[in-house]
Amino acid sequence: MVERTPILNFFTHLILFVGFVFCVAPFVIVAIAASHNLKDVNDVPMSLLPGSDFWVNIKTAWTTADLGPKLLNSFIMAFGVAAGKVIISALTAFSIVYFRYPGRMLMFWLIFITLMLPLEVRIVPTYAVVANVLEPYQAIMDLTGLSWLIERVSGVQVSLSLGLLNSYSGLILPLVATATGTFLYRQFFLTVPDELTEAARMDGAGALRFFVDILLPLSRNNMAALGTIMFLWAWNQYLWPLLITTDQSHAMAVTELKQLIPNVGGAPEWHIAMAGTLIVMLPPLIVVVLMQRWFVRGLIATEK
Amino acid sequence: MEKRVTFSKWTIGILFAVPQLILIFTFFYWPAGQAVYWSLTLQQPWGGGNIWVGLDNFRSILSNASYWDSITASMIFAGISTGLAMTIALVLAALTDRQLAGSWLYRVVLIWPYGIAAPALALAFRFILAPEAGFMAVVNQVWPGFWDPGLDGTDAMASIIIAFSWKYVGYNFIFFLAAFQAIPRSLIEAAAMDGSGVIRRFWDIQFPLITPTIFFLLVINITESFQDSFGIVDIMTAGGPANATNLMVYKIYSDGFKGLDYSGAAAQSIILMLLIIALTIVQFRFIERRVHYR
Repeated sequence: MVERTPILNFFTHLILFVGFVFCVAPFVIVAIAASHNLKDVNDVPMSLLPGSDFWVNIKTAWTTADLGPKLLNSFIMAFGVAAGKVIISALTAFSIVYFRYPGRMLMFWLIFITLMLPLEVRIVPTYAVVANVLEPYQAIMDLTGLSWLIERVSGVQVSLSLGLLNSYSGLILPLVATATGTFLYRQFFLTVPDELTEAARMDGAGALRFFVDILLPLSRNNMAALGTIMFLWAWNQYLWPLLITTDQSHAMAVTELKQLIPNVGGAPEWHIAMAGTLIVMLPPLIVVVLMQRWFVRGLIATEK
Repeated sequence: MEKRVTFSKWTIGILFAVPQLILIFTFFYWPAGQAVYWSLTLQQPWGGGNIWVGLDNFRSILSNASYWDSITASMIFAGISTGLAMTIALVLAALTDRQLAGSWLYRVVLIWPYGIAAPALALAFRFILAPEAGFMAVVNQVWPGFWDPGLDGTDAMASIIIAFSWKYVGYNFIFFLAAFQAIPRSLIEAAAMDGSGVIRRFWDIQFPLITPTIFFLLVINITESFQDSFGIVDIMTAGGPANATNLMVYKIYSDGFKGLDYSGAAAQSIILMLLIIALTIVQFRFIERRVHYR
């Protein structure tokens, strides 16, 4: 605070408080609606005093949408994506920053371009690839005449096929295949002093040793930030799991919410829907609250 | 920027990059190439081979009135929700940056919405804005028929805009606050010493210094409004009523996977890709400009 401005301060508090209310209100309304029974939740206006059916509703939502296994699926996928990003981006950034080889700049740009096109816009062909991940390689072999050659020599017809629909790898891998984390690491690696590398080399450490024993421990902060962001991002994915999982056993918590929308003509069971929403909202909210520092840091670092 | 000290065995170096290269080839470049190929051919979903049709798919899409409606809806959605989310976030961040007592609370709480999955918040807002239960029901009791997103296209559009803006206020707030905090205190204090008030300082010092962040967020918000809107649209309106909220990504999804028109969906994907690439290029030009301010 630089000077005394009592009137302005009053308005500052007022506006911030209104913003605060708008920000928190939906959470509160969802929680209150989740505690009412069928009649109370449809009252106009709905009572803002919590009802007594909170746990009953949570239980009903839990069993209706079968949220237990779905939440587990979401956790597996979100962890998978976060871990995959943290590891693979570190490896790639190390390669780009610490080595000089032909085609390095080409590779840099190949990876960079993936930042531009999110999964949502190339969803149809990506779906086709996941239905058979080896299709690109089959097509390449067909085009280059390699499969013809193999068929001539060994008599075996080459038809590569590996479907990843309804599998964790099918869910996770396409989400890992972008460059978000690579650039976070690259920026950080560039700030690591060269003297450290020289000293390590002087002591006889090779590239792998330097990477594992020096670079990775130094990037712990980056890993926490990237991991938090990617966990949330993967947890909140909707379109991709919706397409990939036709089988209920692999469905995600977020996509299951659709089951809870009250049908037209059916009983308006908003209390159950809100209880389900609360359950699905809670894990990412906890992550944001507990990991706030890493969340903010990761967000700012990955986007720039 | 380049490293001075590097490792000489570059074969190992390439090995480090192989996992990512395989991933982006399989799940990025191949599908992207495939999309181009499909958009130029007529592909039968049951596998009857493709016929080369050149730009016919694009022609038929661009001459289709419902596609233009979808583009218009996307633009309205992008424009209004970006404007709302950014203006509100800017005001809140500027006020939080004044660091009055209790500002830590806002710094913590205002970013919560961004952590919530779009479909989850969409369901929450579907209830809050439901015409028969929720809170708009009260308004409907006073003015019957005032609000019904299930029948009125404008109301439906307003609903998805509210839901999306609510989430992105949190996102923009983080970036604006970081930008404000990066401005040296000495600049603000010097200006105060020269007798300028809080509002004058905002327009003459803080606002010009955060313009790079504004441009950056503008592009990100618009791109996100194309992508992240899918969950909101799917849960709240399913593109309706009468296609009033059939945004571009939602249309790709419904044409491709429900209508099984792969070629049409691929052509739409290509148009959307070009749009996003154009936006990204614009963003880079503005990032270049940042140099002038520092």
